[in-house]
Amino acid sequence: MTHQIIIAGFGGQGIMLMGQLLAYAGMLEGKNVSWLPSYGPEMRGGTANCNVIISDEPVASPIVTEATAVMVMNRPSLDRFEGAVMKGGLLLVNSSLIDKKASRDDIEVCYIPANEIADQLGNSRVANMVVLGSYIAKTGVVSPASVIESLRKALGPSKEHLIPLNEEALKRGAECVKECVRR
Amino acid sequence: MSKVLMKGNEAIAEAAIQAGCRYFFGYPITPQNEIPAYMAKRLPEVGGCFIQAESEVSAINMVYGAAGAGARVMTSSSSPGISLKQEGLSYIAGAELPCVVVNMVRGGPGLGGIQPAQSDYFQATKGGGHGDYHLVVLAPSTIQEAVDLVMEGFDIADQYRNPVMILGDGMLGQMMEPVEFRPLSSKRELPPKTWATTGYTGDRPRNIINSLFIDPQALEEHVKRIYRKYEEIKKKEVKVECYNCEDAEIIVAAYGTTARIVKSVIQKAKREGMNVGLIRPISLWPFPTSTFEEWAQREHVKAFMSVEMSMGQMVEDVRLSVNGRKPVYFYGRTGGMVPEPNAILSEIKKVIGGVSR
Repeated sequence: MTHQIIIAGFGGQGIMLMGQLLAYAGMLEGKNVSWLPSYGPEMRGGTANCNVIISDEPVASPIVTEATAVMVMNRPSLDRFEGAVMKGGLLLVNSSLIDKKASRDDIEVCYIPANEIADQLGNSRVANMVVLGSYIAKTGVVSPASVIESLRKALGPSKEHLIPLNEEALKRGAECVKECVRR
Repeated sequence: MSKVLMKGNEAIAEAAIQAGCRYFFGYPITPQNEIPAYMAKRLPEVGGCFIQAESEVSAINMVYGAAGAGARVMTSSSSPGISLKQEGLSYIAGAELPCVVVNMVRGGPGLGGIQPAQSDYFQATKGGGHGDYHLVVLAPSTIQEAVDLVMEGFDIADQYRNPVMILGDGMLGQMMEPVEFRPLSSKRELPPKTWATTGYTGDRPRNIINSLFIDPQALEEHVKRIYRKYEEIKKKEVKVECYNCEDAEIIVAAYGTTARIVKSVIQKAKREGMNVGLIRPISLWPFPTSTFEEWAQREHVKAFMSVEMSMGQMVEDVRLSVNGRKPVYFYGRTGGMVPEPNAILSEIKKVIGGVSR
């Protein structure tokens, strides 16, 4: 199985980190992985996206053109990447910031109020982890434990206190996928 | 040793350090800035020296100096910066000094853009600066391969006393993959650097690093001697991967990240019942000429197609190697645009349709 993932949002939402955690977790679980960022004269508030591949086979092209899953964290990203989901694929929409519904009827769509959940948890910055929690719960591509282990490496010992919050965010995200819509 | 997830640029920098590189001189330019940033942080930890020079010209001449003193030294840049380094590279090649130069290619000409490209192929493989010389040019397609080639590159440079270029692109530099830093599989006998200018103490003849030969006869002799070295490099240092070439009706030539995209296309073509092969030159100079010659003589191979992120540069070497035995086609995107798998596939279909008619 090859998971071809696109994650998109605006700079500052933790888009790149979501992708890196996925790739790192995949590597920890012995999979072949790649992480490819969009790069350019980018900044907080601008657009950001990355491509992640997690596969049992060696990764050929690191570029994702037909995604098994797309996660969009803001409205422009939905407009840009909805079409990149392959038929029968998965689209995760941050419904806190995106008031529009997806227009495709050949894919499965999960609406996740990520920012609202993050705010309930007391830190709006974990909205990305909520969506990531939804994605891994839905697909089982990697375990939450591997994501947390990756996060621990990314944050370092000085930010160990943030781990429980992130674990909770993954869990809350996982609960949302019961309401995904397959048309 | 366990694998780590690293950005291509950072992995290349770490590979250099593990290969014994202790000196790095550079000047910032996107998309390779993580290399000097990593070196600035890591080199002082291992007793090395990092200098951000005032310009690329200055940086390459610092490399010239350190290489002359026998140190393992590296610089890196991206296309416009590599153009600025050409004078120094010609001097280093002329003075027969070892060093490693990384070019994370971006779109050109001029200041161009910052997205990945392969349009520096001519510059890298045909000399680049003035005079009769070549760099050994190695083009990795994965981050693991980049790490391995950087490490081997330092050995190749030392063995032949010639600069080695690692030719990547912005995508390889920016992406992350798991890598393992492992010892080289083949150990080379490296000659001692008896020529290095390490300070005269009276126990050996004076060493002079020089690329000036006023007497034309002496210069011709010097250049011919360097070219005999190149003949040896051509015999011993060709690196190439053949993928799915057995039974292939059409063989694609591609290197670096483009070759990865082509591999995806080949898998897709297979599902649609087409047999497409890939010859992936890993050493761009020396070019794997004989590999193309061999496959061009096979009955089942009807045509070749070079796919590049350029307007068609490596295709010239493919044509020279195939030497009229089979038609050679070209498909490319340039300016930082990356060829799409479906576009490559439809070009392949066009060629197959044309040659089987």
